[in-house]
Amino acid sequence: MNRRTLLATAALGLGLAFGGAVNAQAMDKAKACFVYVGPIGDLGWSYQHHQGALAVQEAYGDKVEVTWQENVPEGADAERVLTQMALSGCNIIFTTSFGYVDATNAVAAKFPNVKFEHATGYKREHPNVSTYNARFYEGRAIQGHIAGKMTKSNKIGYIGSFPIPEVIMGINSYYLHAKKVNPAVELTVVWAFTWFDPAKEADAAKAMIEQGVDVIASHTDSTAPLAEAAKANGAVIGFGQASDMADYKPSPRVSSIIDNWAPYYVKRVGEVLDGTWAQTDTWAGIADGEVEIGEITEVVPADVKAEAEAMRDAIAAGTYHPFTGPIKKQDGSDWLAEGAVAPDGDLLGMGFYVEGITGDIPK
Amino acid sequence: MPMLRLEKRPSPSRFWQGMTPVLAVVLTMIAGGILFAALGKNPVEAIRTIFWDPLFNAQFASYSRPQLLVKAGPLILIAIGLSLGFRAGIWNIGAEGQYIMGALAGAAVGLAFYPADHWFLFPLMVVAGALGGWLWAMVPAILKTRFNTNEILVSLLMVYIAQNILASMSLGLLRNPEGGGFPGSRNLSQYPAASNPELIAGTGMHWGVIAAFMAVIAAYILLQRHILGFHIKLAGQAPRAARFAGVNPTGLVLLCMGISGALAGLAGLFEVAGPAGQISIDFNVGYGFTAIIVAFLGRLNPIGILLAGLLMALTYIGGELAQFMLGLPAAAIQAFQGMLLFFLLAVDLLSNYRVRFGARAEAA
Repeated sequence: MNRRTLLATAALGLGLAFGGAVNAQAMDKAKACFVYVGPIGDLGWSYQHHQGALAVQEAYGDKVEVTWQENVPEGADAERVLTQMALSGCNIIFTTSFGYVDATNAVAAKFPNVKFEHATGYKREHPNVSTYNARFYEGRAIQGHIAGKMTKSNKIGYIGSFPIPEVIMGINSYYLHAKKVNPAVELTVVWAFTWFDPAKEADAAKAMIEQGVDVIASHTDSTAPLAEAAKANGAVIGFGQASDMADYKPSPRVSSIIDNWAPYYVKRVGEVLDGTWAQTDTWAGIADGEVEIGEITEVVPADVKAEAEAMRDAIAAGTYHPFTGPIKKQDGSDWLAEGAVAPDGDLLGMGFYVEGITGDIPK
Repeated sequence: MPMLRLEKRPSPSRFWQGMTPVLAVVLTMIAGGILFAALGKNPVEAIRTIFWDPLFNAQFASYSRPQLLVKAGPLILIAIGLSLGFRAGIWNIGAEGQYIMGALAGAAVGLAFYPADHWFLFPLMVVAGALGGWLWAMVPAILKTRFNTNEILVSLLMVYIAQNILASMSLGLLRNPEGGGFPGSRNLSQYPAASNPELIAGTGMHWGVIAAFMAVIAAYILLQRHILGFHIKLAGQAPRAARFAGVNPTGLVLLCMGISGALAGLAGLFEVAGPAGQISIDFNVGYGFTAIIVAFLGRLNPIGILLAGLLMALTYIGGELAQFMLGLPAAAIQAFQGMLLFFLLAVDLLSNYRVRFGARAEAA
C-alpha cells in the first residue's frame, strides 16, 4: 500500500465514522457493467461470466441496468473501454480476464466512485478495486482422477493457455491426481498462448491425439478441443471447461468444471445497491458453489464416478485439499512435507511443475 | 438483352475517384442500418452512436475525441508506409509483424537501461523501433530481389514468426522480474525516461500521433514534388516504362519495403511505450492488417489516408460505444467495418467504368 492509498483509506475511514462517506450510500438503481475477453458465444469462459451478468439482472430486475462488452483485447483498448463505461455511468465494473490488471487499476484511479472487480487478478492498488477468483484446481483434481483411471494409452494431455500460476496450478493438480491412481501415466502439455482461438485449440488437441493421448483437459475457452476429440469416435475423452459444454455429452465430454460466478456477482451488485460494498479479495471453490463439477456421464465406470464424487464431497467438506504433502517439485526438491497443505500464497505464485511432469514451463 | 451495362472509361474519372469513399460510407451506413434493424436495434440510434457520439456526445466526447487520435495514429503511420509500396506494385502485407518487431526492439532498448534516467533513452528507443521494423521488412525484400520470392507470402508469414518471438519475449527475456511470474514486460508508461506520454493532457496527442502527421506531410511532398515519388508512381503504372526511365527495380523494392517496415516499427514502438505500456503476449491487435484497409480507403493518397485513418478509428470507438450502450454484438460491428471496404471496392467500379443504360449500339 503506498502513501496515497493509505491516506485515502484513512479518509474513507473517517468519512464512515461520521456517516458521510460516498461509498456508504445506498442507491435506488445501479448500473453494472461487464467486460469480456472473448465472445459471449465462446460457450466457455466469457459465456459463463455472462450467465453471471444475466443472473444479476434476474435478481434485481428494474433496480439494475446491466451492460457488457465482448471481445475486448487485453491492452490499450481495455483502458479505453473501461473509461467509456465509467463515463457512461456504470457503478460497478467487472473486468473478467487476468490481462485487464493494469487497465483496471489505472481507470479505477481516475474514477474513485466506481467500483471495480477484477477476475483472477492480484493487484488492488486503490480502495475501489477488488479481486476475485475461483479454486479451479479443486475441479482439476477430480478431472485428474478420472483421467488416470480412464486412459488406456497412459498418455493424458493438457492444453495450457498461458504459463501463469493459475494454469500451472491446474496442470499440477490434474497430474498429481492422475498419477495417484495410475503411476504409469504420462502428461503432455501443449501451450496455445491464447485464451480463445478455436483453430489453435483444435490444432493442439489434434497434435496430442496423434501422439497417442486419449484424455484431454483444456484451459482455453472454446469447445474446439472437445470437437476434435469427438472425431476419434469414442477413443478420446475430454472435459467441459468453464461451462458444462453439455452438447458433447456423454462422450467425449465425460465431466466438466463449471465456473459459477452468479452468486458472487449478485452479492457484489447487491452490496453496491445497499451501500455496503468494500474492497475484498475472494477465492472461493467447490464449497461455496463457485466451482461446480458437471455431471459425470455413463461412459465413466460407476466405481470411478463414485470415487470422483467422493473426492468432490471431501473437498467441499474441507476434509481433503488437492495439494496435500508429500509433494516434491519437478527438480526433486521438497515442496510439501507429509500431511502439509499448500498455503494459498504458494499456489498463487506457482511457477514450477511437480515431480514427474516432463518438459519445461516456457520461459 | 441487358438494359444496364458497363463501359470502360478511357481514363479513370477524377470525380468518382474522389466520390467513391464518400459513397461507400453512405452505403455502409444504409446496409449497416438494415443489419442493425434486423438485430432488433434502432438503426438510426446505432448509426448515431457510432459516428456522432464519439465526437459530440456530452458524456463521452471529451474523452473519446482525443482517443480517436490515439487509435488513428498507428493506423495512419503504417498505412502511409504501405501506400508507397502499393503504388509501386510492391505488396508488403506483413506490417503487423514489423509493428511487433519495432515494439520489441524499442522496448528492449528501453528496458536494458532500466531504471537509469537518461535524456537520450527515448530517442534511442525510437531509432531502435524503426530499425527493428526495417530489418523485419528487409527479409522479404532481399528474398524478393535476390531469389525472386513472392513478397506477399513471405511478409505475411513473417508475421507469425514475429508473434512467436513476441510470446517468447514476454515469457522470457523481457518479462518483468517483479511481475510475480506473470508474462509481460515492465510497464514502460511507468518509467518516465522511456515512456511516450500524452504530451498535452486531454488531447490524446503523443509522439506517435505527431510522427503520423509528419509522415503524411512527407509522403505528400515525396509523391507530388520529388523524383522518387514520380518513380514510385511510374513503377506501379507502367513497369516497363519505368525501367526505360532509369528506375532501378531492386532499389525500389528495398526502399519501399524498408520505409513501410520502418514506419510500422515506429508505430509499434510508440504504442508499446505509450498507450499499451508493455510488451505482452497479445500486444498486437491487428493495426498492421487494418492499415491495409486504411491505405486503400484513402486511395493510397496521403491526405486520403489521414482521413481514412480517422474514420476507421471512429468506427472502432463508436463501435465500442454501440456495443455497451445498445448491446450490439461485437461481430455486428466487425461486419459493419468489413462492409466499408466491401462497398469501397464495389463502387470503385464507377471510377473505371461508366454505367450505360440500354442496349449497346453495335459498331459498324
